Amino acid sequence: MSPDDVFKYILGFISGIVVLTLFLMVLELFRYSLPVLSLKFIFGINWNPVVGSEEYGILPYILGTLVTSAIAIFVGVPISLGIAIYLSEMAPNFIRTILSFVIELLAAVPSVIYGLWGLFIFRFWVRDFIEVPLSKHLAFIPIFQGEPFGLDILTAGLILAIMIIPTVSSVSREVLMAVPDSQREAAYSLGATKWEVIRLGVLSYAKSGIVGAAILGLGRAIGETMAVTMVIGNAIGPAALPTSLFKAGQTMASLIANEFNEADPTSLHPNALIGVGLILFVLALTINLLAQLLIWRILKIKEGAVE
Amino acid sequence: MDNELISLGSKAGSQQKYGRTYKIEIENLSAWFGTKQVLKDINMKIRANAITAIIGPSGCGKSTLIRCLNRMHELVPSAKVSGKVFLDGIDIYSKNVDPVVVRRKVGMVFQKPNPFPTMSIYDNVAAGLKLNGIRDRKVLDKLVRRSLEQAWLWDEVKDDLDKPGSSLSGGQQQRLCIARALAVEPEVLLLDEPTSALDPIAASKIEQLIVSLKRDYTIVIVTHNMQQAARVADYTAFLYLGKLIEYDETSRIFSNPKEELTENYIAGRFG
Repeated sequence: MSPDDVFKYILGFISGIVVLTLFLMVLELFRYSLPVLSLKFIFGINWNPVVGSEEYGILPYILGTLVTSAIAIFVGVPISLGIAIYLSEMAPNFIRTILSFVIELLAAVPSVIYGLWGLFIFRFWVRDFIEVPLSKHLAFIPIFQGEPFGLDILTAGLILAIMIIPTVSSVSREVLMAVPDSQREAAYSLGATKWEVIRLGVLSYAKSGIVGAAILGLGRAIGETMAVTMVIGNAIGPAALPTSLFKAGQTMASLIANEFNEADPTSLHPNALIGVGLILFVLALTINLLAQLLIWRILKIKEGAVE
Repeated sequence: MDNELISLGSKAGSQQKYGRTYKIEIENLSAWFGTKQVLKDINMKIRANAITAIIGPSGCGKSTLIRCLNRMHELVPSAKVSGKVFLDGIDIYSKNVDPVVVRRKVGMVFQKPNPFPTMSIYDNVAAGLKLNGIRDRKVLDKLVRRSLEQAWLWDEVKDDLDKPGSSLSGGQQQRLCIARALAVEPEVLLLDEPTSALDPIAASKIEQLIVSLKRDYTIVIVTHNMQQAARVADYTAFLYLGKLIEYDETSRIFSNPKEELTENYIAGRFG
């Protein structure tokens, strides 16, 4: 065996470990959660870890995860895209450098800091400037019902929105800046205004990449734990069903973080929490696969493009 | 702001009827990238319904010159222009002229075919029409078809209008770009080395197409290919180091140039 071969096998082995780790993780998650896995686990809404009357249903937390992530995407992606468009198409060079740097810094803030800020400051803003007016004027819409409190699904979603902005905006900016100038020129030469150039020459070209950036943000929002746990109110059981944005809720990640150190090893409680982890994992995997499929499909259209 | 340009449009129409000699008049035009001056005091009159070729060695400012004719040059950060360019007697650099309106009157086709790759063939051609507010499907259908016919592409794509523009061959893509430019009914068509990225057969088709278009449009073509200028152009301008060295009827430029520099360039002694 030549030294090159040795090198090759060593590297191959190291790469193999990563795949093996992933595989073992899924296997273990599955093995531990097997005692609780059932349709009732996924579609049940009651959660009772008391030995003797144990019942584990996680539908409220699945929905809580989906709803908070959806808020994050609906609020965070347009803002991020706006930032990306400004940075790549409009900002003078020095502003671009400074602003990009500050936004990257946002990504470096530990999530527990977002949580603290959310808990002590941001939630009052949400309550006073968003929730109170909404509940005053639009309370006939079910999702705006309930007493505004500030530690709820809306606050969690908005914190997530802020947290995904660095990722989504910097990836989108990269994508927009990769659009060849010939596309912008094509639009300009047809008599397009600045905005029309962005729409026709830049955004339409970069569509797939922007979708990819949004999905990356979604991935981050779904798994985010600490900040959400600190502001979502941590409801349990049927109370955690996200029927209103102004209700305390719970996500899968925040449930695990809240309960992992109280779980009685002789009960099924640890198994149930691992089961939540398995579902979260599967959900994240599905979303990523979906994103990839979507991007592949769009990339296919671009095949044979001039650039 | 637009009043002047609207009148510019109608004036152009009436003047075409009476056969205006010069479509574009360039006066003392200079252009810079940062501190580097790339065009030096160009004076030139471009005839209507004729093909004017701009030749010269790489870096002589040919592309910059035509990009000054539809105000594309100023889009590059640090680019600067001075002087006047009259389109039908109106200075397109005067303060009350909107560059967007100028670019709708002066269309452009680029060196590398640049269709919008995520759009269908149809939407590529319709893109400029939609910018002009045309939404009526029947009108769009008619204009898309007319433009594709003018660009000699209709017969090749009429059954594939929904396919992406990037699915076409290089020559077809370039003709698609010509159709896209023609769709908005410009009066002038600028072509920046339109065949340099194409194979000879596709290039020759584009050349014939360009000649067929001069009946309806004033055409300015930049080319580094002297044979191409000789084949298609009625008038030829020779640019060297940002200066207009000589500008005359093509036949005279190629057979009997006045300047030694022109003669040397045409004889292939430099460039």
